[in-house]
Amino acid sequence: MRALSILEQMVRIAVPYLFAASGGVLAERAGVVSLTLEGYMLSGAFAAVLGASVTGSAWGGIFFAALGGVLFGAMHAILSLRFRAHQIVVGIALNLLAVGATRLFLKLVFASSSNSGRVAGFGGDGTGALAMFESPLLWLGIAAIPVVAFVIDRTPFGLRVRAVGEHPEAAASLGVPVARVRGIAVVASGVLAALGGAYLALDQHQFTDEMTGGRGFIALAAVITGSWRPARAGLACVLFAAAETLQIQLQTLQILPSQILSTLPYVITIVALVGWVGRSKAPAALGRELG
Amino acid sequence: MASPLFDRQRLLEAVLAPIVATMIAVVLGDVLILAAGQSPAYVYRLLLEGTWGNPYGFGQVLYKATTLAFTGMSVAIGLRAGLFNVGAESQLAVGGFACALVGWLLPVSTPWLVAVVIAIVAAGAAGGAVGAVPGALKARFGAHEVIVTIMLNFVVLALLNWVVAARLHDPETLHTPAVRAGAVPRLASVFPALHGSAASFVLVLAMLAALGLWLVVARSRFGYELRAVGLQPDAAESGGIRVGRVWQWAMAAAGVLAGLGGTNFVLGYKGYYEDGMAGGAGFLGIAVALVGRNHPVGILLAALLFATLSQGGLAIHAAVPKQLVEVLQAATILAMAAASPEVRRILRNRRPVVSERAEKEAST
Repeated sequence: MRALSILEQMVRIAVPYLFAASGGVLAERAGVVSLTLEGYMLSGAFAAVLGASVTGSAWGGIFFAALGGVLFGAMHAILSLRFRAHQIVVGIALNLLAVGATRLFLKLVFASSSNSGRVAGFGGDGTGALAMFESPLLWLGIAAIPVVAFVIDRTPFGLRVRAVGEHPEAAASLGVPVARVRGIAVVASGVLAALGGAYLALDQHQFTDEMTGGRGFIALAAVITGSWRPARAGLACVLFAAAETLQIQLQTLQILPSQILSTLPYVITIVALVGWVGRSKAPAALGRELG
Repeated sequence: MASPLFDRQRLLEAVLAPIVATMIAVVLGDVLILAAGQSPAYVYRLLLEGTWGNPYGFGQVLYKATTLAFTGMSVAIGLRAGLFNVGAESQLAVGGFACALVGWLLPVSTPWLVAVVIAIVAAGAAGGAVGAVPGALKARFGAHEVIVTIMLNFVVLALLNWVVAARLHDPETLHTPAVRAGAVPRLASVFPALHGSAASFVLVLAMLAALGLWLVVARSRFGYELRAVGLQPDAAESGGIRVGRVWQWAMAAAGVLAGLGGTNFVLGYKGYYEDGMAGGAGFLGIAVALVGRNHPVGILLAALLFATLSQGGLAIHAAVPKQLVEVLQAATILAMAAASPEVRRILRNRRPVVSERAEKEAST
């Protein structure tokens, strides 16, 4: 029983990573830097709670979260592609905007500066043996990586994504609408990552200030250590989730102070970046604006 | 291209983009204030009255601007080398912790000047040590400095939290014991009107640092290498500059500048280190550097702008949530990021290119 609950915990932690990393792979393969994953997740988490609260249903939460992802993804796309703003700057600023905007609306809608009220989720009251598996988001999250892998490797759109991420000028000369392909990839990545945030929030039945806690950046690290390939990025997500589960389990043993243990996922992320980065090759046109 | 005309155009670009960006943010603020059911004119008046409108508010703006100037310079020196220091938040905190620790350990009888210098050096060294890590990891392994600095923020802040909570807090509190030596006097001791505000003579240190930053970037060999690497790392490498080393030193210097900022809270204001003292000033440093266009004078002005917004958030809180200000600060960065390439294009297209383009359009 204990082994099962540890496994459940790991799946719970992995799902938001899988969502965000699949979005990250898609946008970065199209050549757009995905530092915004954190902001997409945070706004998705808030939008999900807002939607669940307004409609009274967790499905409404999913719908709102997707809209939030479209909104933030579109902002990223318009600023980086139409206005040619520096993609890293836009990413950092959109993350700050997500923190500020969710705080503002938390105050305006839920009259709190720390957390929302309790909202509907999936799986009844959550105490059933396998209640967590009743969440459609969980299955979507598990499916996200294979779906993105299929889209990138097997569809005409995926071919265009790879083309604009590697050789945008060559793609443009063959008539591929570079900015549009990139824009679609970015908005789709926004929706995927926002759904990851929605899973996080609906799983806990509430939104708390800065509840994503750097998960978007860890997901981006998974994309990089996974060499920008969906399956490997997904594997990296599972490994990061396993490390975090281990950390939580060690907390209960109380052999190390909790603050020191809590740094483990971040330390492992740095170690993974240092260990694998040299061996993985980024999309050639990543972060480069078009002339 | 070093003609006076070109320089005037550069200056125009440097001034226009921040003005356009601020105006966009103000308009967005109008919309949000209206959405919150208040009058924009009333809220903006509250904001100005609570900041530049009275001596205490102005002192608070100066206090916040001091910290932001340090974090802004920290981000700027990284940007000059083409690096994004998103770690100023934890470098600031570790600098504050180091000078609090040193100020507490030093005997009360230490001569004031000696104590202040030691404490300031400790703050800079601690920040520099934390900043050097992502620089070294980037130079040695190619690990992306943005992700590494963000991860280090979590690690360093958690470790500081543990040290203070488990080993170093004053009984019944969550902060370190008060410093015994090295406290910096408040500005109010010379300008009584500022009484009660937290502004201190650390402001002078910030101005000295700005001067030092300008000298290093514009006039030194290291500054030349820094700018060369920032513009074109590959070309710099072929030009004989060791890019990895420049990255390392740029990040270490960024850490030193952010770490020095920690003295403002600890030596100039509270007299101790407290969990959460950075309070987002590290992240706002990114905004300050961008709006200030990485130039020391621009950074000091941008620090005043963002400090006014931060302090103004408290002034408007009765009418609209202070979190509104965080949205405006982020919006200013986005507007600035979008406006500067646009302004540059418009200014450059105004000259001969315009006619060329018009001809092209006429022919199609």
